[in-house]
Amino acid sequence: MLKRTTYLSHSYGKPDAHTLGNYEAHGGYRAARMVLSTMTRERAIDEMKAAHVRGRGGAGFDCGTKWSFMPKESGKPHYLVVNADEGEPGTFKDRTIMEQNPHALVEGCIIGAFAIGAHAAYIYVRDELHLSKERLWGAIREAKERGYLGRNPFGTSYSMEVYVHTGAGAYICGEETALLNSLEGRRGEPRLKPPFPAQVGAFGCPTTVNNVETIAIAPTVFTMGGDNFSKLSALHDWNDGGARLFGVSGHVKNPGIYECAVGLTLRELIYDLGGGILGDGQLLAVIPGGSSCPVHRADEIVDVPNNEKFAPYHGKSFLDLPLGVDTFRGAGSMLGTCCAIVLSDKADPVLALHNVMRFYRHESCGQCTPCREGCGWIERILDKIVQGQGTVEELNQIHEIGSNITGNTICAFGDGAAQPALSFVRKFRAELLDYIQTGGSHQTRSLTV
Amino acid sequence: MTFALSAEQESKFQEILARYPNKMAACIPALHLCQEANENWVSEEVIAFVASRLELSTAHVTGVATFYHLFNREKPGKHQVWVCHTLSCALRGADTVLKHCEKRLGIHVGETTKDGKITLRTAECLASCGSAPMMQVDKVYHENLTLADVDRILDGLQKD
Ligand SMILES: Cc1cc2nc3c(=O)[nH]c(=O)nc-3n(C[C@H](O)[C@H](O)[C@H](O)COP(=O)(O)O)c2cc1C
Ligand code: SF4
Ligand code: FES
Repeated sequence: MLKRTTYLSHSYGKPDAHTLGNYEAHGGYRAARMVLSTMTRERAIDEMKAAHVRGRGGAGFDCGTKWSFMPKESGKPHYLVVNADEGEPGTFKDRTIMEQNPHALVEGCIIGAFAIGAHAAYIYVRDELHLSKERLWGAIREAKERGYLGRNPFGTSYSMEVYVHTGAGAYICGEETALLNSLEGRRGEPRLKPPFPAQVGAFGCPTTVNNVETIAIAPTVFTMGGDNFSKLSALHDWNDGGARLFGVSGHVKNPGIYECAVGLTLRELIYDLGGGILGDGQLLAVIPGGSSCPVHRADEIVDVPNNEKFAPYHGKSFLDLPLGVDTFRGAGSMLGTCCAIVLSDKADPVLALHNVMRFYRHESCGQCTPCREGCGWIERILDKIVQGQGTVEELNQIHEIGSNITGNTICAFGDGAAQPALSFVRKFRAELLDYIQTGGSHQTRSLTV
Repeated sequence: MTFALSAEQESKFQEILARYPNKMAACIPALHLCQEANENWVSEEVIAFVASRLELSTAHVTGVATFYHLFNREKPGKHQVWVCHTLSCALRGADTVLKHCEKRLGIHVGETTKDGKITLRTAECLASCGSAPMMQVDKVYHENLTLADVDRILDGLQKD
């Protein structure tokens, strides 16, 4: 259901959007003041649980529940680490928050850090986002001058510091344990889990890693009350609450970021918000939430029989399934980051897959053999296929290689690389075969429309 | 030639150190600072400097410097141009932008113009997918590019 909201985006596009004056004119920092002066940690966690904020970084884990995993008393410092490494192809929502509403993230850091017993938050921003870093440092400076950070924030005795840390160009650092290694000054290679960050995270201390948007929405949650926030969503009953940022890019007329209540459908995102398909083509396919998600064809239907919760959607178009963590997982897909990539039927899906797999081969950190070698093999097979030199055996090998990566690696990058390969090969087999048999003579051989 | 920081850079270095519970954590920010102070590349001297200041082995710092794409192990051109070529940008004409840059500059991706002014590179998704195609020039994003925009931007860099 399409319901536009403006909790995070109220000032997007305004020249003073990022300033403290503008943020406070919209009620900013009242929530953090209230939390620090009147709440206990437990109470804050309960409020976040009631809001059903599913992690906005891709995995959709419930934020309040994640906060509750942090030890009560560990005798060590605790840390909040904000994942601002945004680099999943197709995903561009966190950057809008950092550039246009940085104070929401800083206020969210104060609330989140308090809830997990931390006195410091590190925001790990990928290096390329120079304006984001500048705006965040500016917001931190303003908040400090106003006494919202430092030794006695809001006159309380709960000291609080927020820092910006920079990456140096590596997609894998978005994976939370790679990010922790990178924060510690090491190569950004994912760690084996367990131990989980809540036990052994940054600098060997209990740590929570959350996405930018997950943290930036916290002030709204505490202003409205968790339950009220959750009920904004059409998927409140699925424990998927509130409102979030949706993105759409690729072949739509109006690509961009749109804030809406949870429960929006892909059809609404592509046609009502995105303005429909660019050029004179029709919708061919959509990748719902960043390139690690499976691709879906326009004519796909939801096939989840014998499940009461899916009764309203079973047998209907996939485009009308509300975008939710469990609705998508249950239907054999993945919500990811809620930033959809749209392909017109004037574009060539084989070239799209080739592009995506080149990315994964380039970004694999190389620690695990199935991921390092598998991504390379798949890319090389696709190199041959797009040149008209592939074979059917090789096409079938893509399926085998993808299946062997899945579940056999240290981190979820492997699964994220296998998903597009497996889903494209299954859903665009005819197009791939056409490349093998006729050199792609029936395909548009172009990614643009 | 030994590498050293100016007084102003040195105070930035101290500021960085103060953010972390230990020195190792300053490794990436310190490499960024020194790279910028060293015509945008991480030389052996820079590695030795960072290692000694942070009390790390040069092997550790080399390991870090080689892991991350944005640390240059060779001196790049005065300006660096990155054209995003991942899917959302590719669907909006990244390939045309890239070919146009190559032709206009007379170089291939990864190369630097003869006058040392411009290094051309590709980038993996720069979180600007809704305003594709796009490219980053030094620290600035240029979005919703037309080829005329590209010409104007490259001209500006060549004159600089
Ligand atoms: C390869 C890979 C890349 C990731 N990149 C990001 C990212 O850029 N930003 C992000 O928030 N989460 C990213 N994640 C997910 C994080 O590991 C982690 O689940 C997330 O930051 C947790 O925050 P949340 O619970 O608030 O969503 C990535 C995961 C993987 C496996
Ligand atoms: S799955 Fe890939 S990216 Fe993740 S640790 Fe293994 S090799 Fe590295
Ligand atoms: S694909 Fe180019 S910015 Fe995301």
